[in-house]
Amino acid sequence: MSLLSTHNLDISISGKLVCQSLDTNFNSGEIWGVLGCNGVGKTTLLHTLCNLRDRYSGDIFIKEKNIIQMKRKEIAQTIGIQLQHTEDPFPTTVLETVITGRHPYISNWQWEDENDLKKATDSLNTVDLSNLSDRFISQLSGGERQRVSLATLITQDPEIFILDEPNSHLDLSHQINLLNHFTNYSKQNNRLLIMSLHDINLASRFCTHLLMLTGEGHFISGQLNDILNVDNLTETFKHPIIEVKNKDNKLFIPL
Amino acid sequence: MLKPAPFISALLIFSGLSFLIAFSVGSYQLSVSQIWDSIFYPTDNIVRTIIWDLRAPRAYIAFVTGGLLSLAGLIMQVLLRNPLADPYILGVSSGASVAALSAMALGFSGAWISSSAFFGAFISILLVFGLSHRQGSWNPSRLLLTGVVIAAGWGAMINFILSISPDKPLRGMLFWLMGDINNITPDPVSFVVLIIGTIITLSIARHLNILSRGDLQATALGVSVKPLRISLFILASCLTAFAVIQAGSVGFIGLIVPHMLRLLIGSDHRILIPTSVLLGGSLLLISDTIARTIIAPQQLPVGVITAFIGVPFFLYLLNKNFDRNALK
Repeated sequence: MSLLSTHNLDISISGKLVCQSLDTNFNSGEIWGVLGCNGVGKTTLLHTLCNLRDRYSGDIFIKEKNIIQMKRKEIAQTIGIQLQHTEDPFPTTVLETVITGRHPYISNWQWEDENDLKKATDSLNTVDLSNLSDRFISQLSGGERQRVSLATLITQDPEIFILDEPNSHLDLSHQINLLNHFTNYSKQNNRLLIMSLHDINLASRFCTHLLMLTGEGHFISGQLNDILNVDNLTETFKHPIIEVKNKDNKLFIPL
Repeated sequence: MLKPAPFISALLIFSGLSFLIAFSVGSYQLSVSQIWDSIFYPTDNIVRTIIWDLRAPRAYIAFVTGGLLSLAGLIMQVLLRNPLADPYILGVSSGASVAALSAMALGFSGAWISSSAFFGAFISILLVFGLSHRQGSWNPSRLLLTGVVIAAGWGAMINFILSISPDKPLRGMLFWLMGDINNITPDPVSFVVLIIGTIITLSIARHLNILSRGDLQATALGVSVKPLRISLFILASCLTAFAVIQAGSVGFIGLIVPHMLRLLIGSDHRILIPTSVLLGGSLLLISDTIARTIIAPQQLPVGVITAFIGVPFFLYLLNKNFDRNALK
């Protein structure tokens, strides 16, 4: 049984096709990278997968259950997404923000308990922000805000993690450390991780599967080793790319 | 995280004090023991008349109106995700004003004015809801623009009515527009509305925390955003309508009380909701006590006082860089 699967999924946005007849099974333990040019629809696809968007045809199943038959709360307990943008119009501290990840598990009149608080402080540790937990979000840098979003998702702790450009604004060390954390955690706990990335070499280092959106609804999907090659990448990014061998590693460099 | 109990208790005491002040201050000063006696050992005398026939009904209206307005303001700010939102921003009070002023211009008074105000508020709510809902999407900026433009339309009608009205009802109209708690018989409905509104809002308080971070983020965390937004709009509009029919458009309370509390205790709506109601109620009650005594025997519209107190106090808090950790 696949954790997440799509059947005959057609998505289009403003009259432009993102993907056509996408039939893919995403299984637990897999790390999927979504690659594609700007505006090809990576974010739209990720939003559709976690039901933030209802304009699509075809079906999306979470553990054989059609996502449109699931309650919002149930979906949020199973699938979580780190969004590219969030808003902070009112003064909120880092810890207050991160603990909102527990929202799907708490009923209306209930407050967060010690366990929820511990989950939030632990995830702040993971993203290296525990010293800033009382800081207002508005006082943070772009990279720190990005880590707050990731920490919120870690606190939510769903079975399916969706990351929409997790590396934006992050410095080199946090990029590697956080991708390491998410991929290791997903593999060890049998979770599914789907993330959109712009860096081919990070994708090849961390992912087990790839979904390349090549435009006009076309896509290439499969195991990383089967489809990660110069031809597919060049078609995806509409830019010549060459392969460089470095010991056992393959590196891809744009010309 | 802030422990809410001490702060809420402090505000409860503050509310009690504001009632005490409102009962004792006036052209006929009453001591605390006189008030105590009249509550617990009621005897038929002048003190009793002053408290129970004059000051208590007025204090009740002021407190409930203040509570309604700050709760409505708090909800509007989250709904529109805009710190500048106040209960009147979507035109509820302007719609009520047009209807109330028309009633005054036609020579009606008393309950007629409040019922037409309620009718006007209701029309305005329907208009804004219908127009901003038409395309199915319910984003805050569309709602805000629709509301602001409709409020501007009502504003023009208000000016029109003021210009063509004879001099006699004009003073009453202006007081109504500035917000005035005078010559009104208290009705228990508004108190019930305030209590029900507070309970409903409290039950979805954590949803509000998340909704302020954006519709997508809220949806991703399991909130059904569209029904929530619609309920918040209706709730805030009703609260505002009940405040407006009691006291006209009292400015400032609904904008400033939620913000003062945000600066003091943060953005957790589970604490912001009860504290907003209490602080809004007591501030309006104190303002009204000042409004009826400061240049006695003449009375000022309470809206004048709320701004006089609110503006400097808010600016002070805003610039003080308040350290919330001190309250922990």
